[in-house]
Amino acid sequence: MEKSLDLINARIRDGSARVVTADEMPGIVDELGEEGALAEVDVVTTGTFGAMCSSGAFFNFGHADPPIRMERVWLNDVEAYAGIAAVDAYLGATQEAESKDQVYGGAHVLEELVAGGTVELRATSHGTDCYPRRSITTELLLEDMNQAIMVNPRNSYQRYNAATNATDRTLQTYMGTLLPRCGNVSYSGAGTLSPLANDPEFRVIGSGVSIFLAGAEGMIVGEGTQHSAGGGFGTLMVTGDMKQMRQEFLRAAVMNGYGVTMYVGVGIPIPVLDTGIVRSTAVRDEDILTDIIDYGTPRRDRPSLAKVSYADLRSGSVEIGGETVRTSSLSSYRRARAVATELKDWIERGKMELALPTRRIDPTKRARPMRETAVSPRVREIMNRQVISITEDEEIRVAAKRLLKDETNHLPVLDGNGTLVGIITTYDVSKAVVNDGKLRQVKDIMTRKVIKTTPDEPVDVAARKLEQNNISALPVVDATNRVVGILSAIDLGKLFGGRRRR
Amino acid sequence: MKLLLSFSRKGKADPGREPVIARVVKETGVLINVEKANIDSMAGEVLIDVPDRDADLVRRRLEEMGVAVHVMENAITLDEAECVDCGACISVCPQEVFSFDEEWRLRVIAERCVLCGKCIRACPHGALSQQG
Repeated sequence: MEKSLDLINARIRDGSARVVTADEMPGIVDELGEEGALAEVDVVTTGTFGAMCSSGAFFNFGHADPPIRMERVWLNDVEAYAGIAAVDAYLGATQEAESKDQVYGGAHVLEELVAGGTVELRATSHGTDCYPRRSITTELLLEDMNQAIMVNPRNSYQRYNAATNATDRTLQTYMGTLLPRCGNVSYSGAGTLSPLANDPEFRVIGSGVSIFLAGAEGMIVGEGTQHSAGGGFGTLMVTGDMKQMRQEFLRAAVMNGYGVTMYVGVGIPIPVLDTGIVRSTAVRDEDILTDIIDYGTPRRDRPSLAKVSYADLRSGSVEIGGETVRTSSLSSYRRARAVATELKDWIERGKMELALPTRRIDPTKRARPMRETAVSPRVREIMNRQVISITEDEEIRVAAKRLLKDETNHLPVLDGNGTLVGIITTYDVSKAVVNDGKLRQVKDIMTRKVIKTTPDEPVDVAARKLEQNNISALPVVDATNRVVGILSAIDLGKLFGGRRRR
Repeated sequence: MKLLLSFSRKGKADPGREPVIARVVKETGVLINVEKANIDSMAGEVLIDVPDRDADLVRRRLEEMGVAVHVMENAITLDEAECVDCGACISVCPQEVFSFDEEWRLRVIAERCVLCGKCIRACPHGALSQQG
């Protein structure tokens, strides 16, 4: 049996359509079977509510008198992109205010407007014959704008990698606070309620389809940026009229140590046309798998420490390497359910009818990494290969002489086999002298927990280690922990001085 | 009940380096759980947990010894208008103060809080604050 979209819309119009939320569907299919569920259910509503950085809105402010061709535009001190027509601008959610006394950004401005608040518009221009004015400052409400059209380039990820941190310091990331030594796991996504998880083949989710966007009746533009449905990471570009939106479903947020983002509520209604759609909407948390990624690796390709399902993540804890680790969600399941429930209500009341895509989204496409024409420099290219070192059994006096003779401030300390066991600095030696000589050997005063780098590490990563640990040199070690060089803050200058070795 | 004790070495009456907590335990026999301590050169703060029925006794003795005692009623406060029930606070808390109820609403058991402040920084919505 198949069901036509016309039949479903006719039922929506006469109020007889059976609409359920996506979390109810697995139970219905268990009870009635696939054919039974197809006969019973007309529409499945989905929902998600989480951090969606790639969001923002186009504004048209109307013309002032005398008129201005705005070249730079700020809303509450947050710069909007004005490289479009005279009084148009695009405000991105993550753009931060120029005055830095508190973390405030585009998302806060968007939420303020939706909440009915006043926003200060400031704009500058060089002045033209047709637009003579050079600056303007005015206060605007959302209703004062001709248009406030939200266009979010990337929303509603199909699923998302969960995050943990294997290093020994706390990380502040866009996935929230990650405690050291895999102390917690942070994840995002609504699992069984997630819109794209209910139609991974993109059969009925595509361009032109009506959706719930932050409380407004919105629409899918098409695939989102970085859409990678072939790997299970599909995304959508969506749009909607901000004037219909509600603060409940559009919230500014600040990820500590990272920056501003925006929580957006997105819901998509799925017409139940055939048993294929019955099957895809019967997806459970258990069926949606994702990797727990170590965000402690500061590289694009980070290692996966475990594969888990959304059921595991939502249970409150998961296992990593035999240990139980607690999980936290960044997205709100409760509010995702509120999105799906409100969308269900709209359809039951005949407020929204369903449409099929005017253009399909490619379910096999994969996003590619950036093509880099200049290879980012590695430690090997700028490290100092003439390493002055010392062994742990030497006397401190010997270390002091060596530091003086070679005009260096750091001595990697080696054991009898030549592997790195510590580091001492001129500061350590001075301290030993001041503390009056009870300590005699290098191993008594050396720092044993050495912050180090490798020849293959990008210089940017090594530079961040220097900065974060407030140190001025890193021993460079090979795979067997033998010192092959030393990288000091001075070596970083080679990148700019043209002395870099190719 | 949680009591926040403040010590200072600036005033003459202050106990300074006296082992006041140990002394109170010895005298009263009340088992005091030290949950957090910050000691600086001239002042210090210690958060202790005591059984509710003994709180008055412990408080009186500590005050007699020159310690300022502040009763922590609601250590951590949730602003429900700002909270979106995401749960970012849940796994960063060392005391399991936060959890979800059956409706996926955030539940806060403030009595467990030891004022570490991790959740305040981790909350993306600025919904958590500490009682002054």
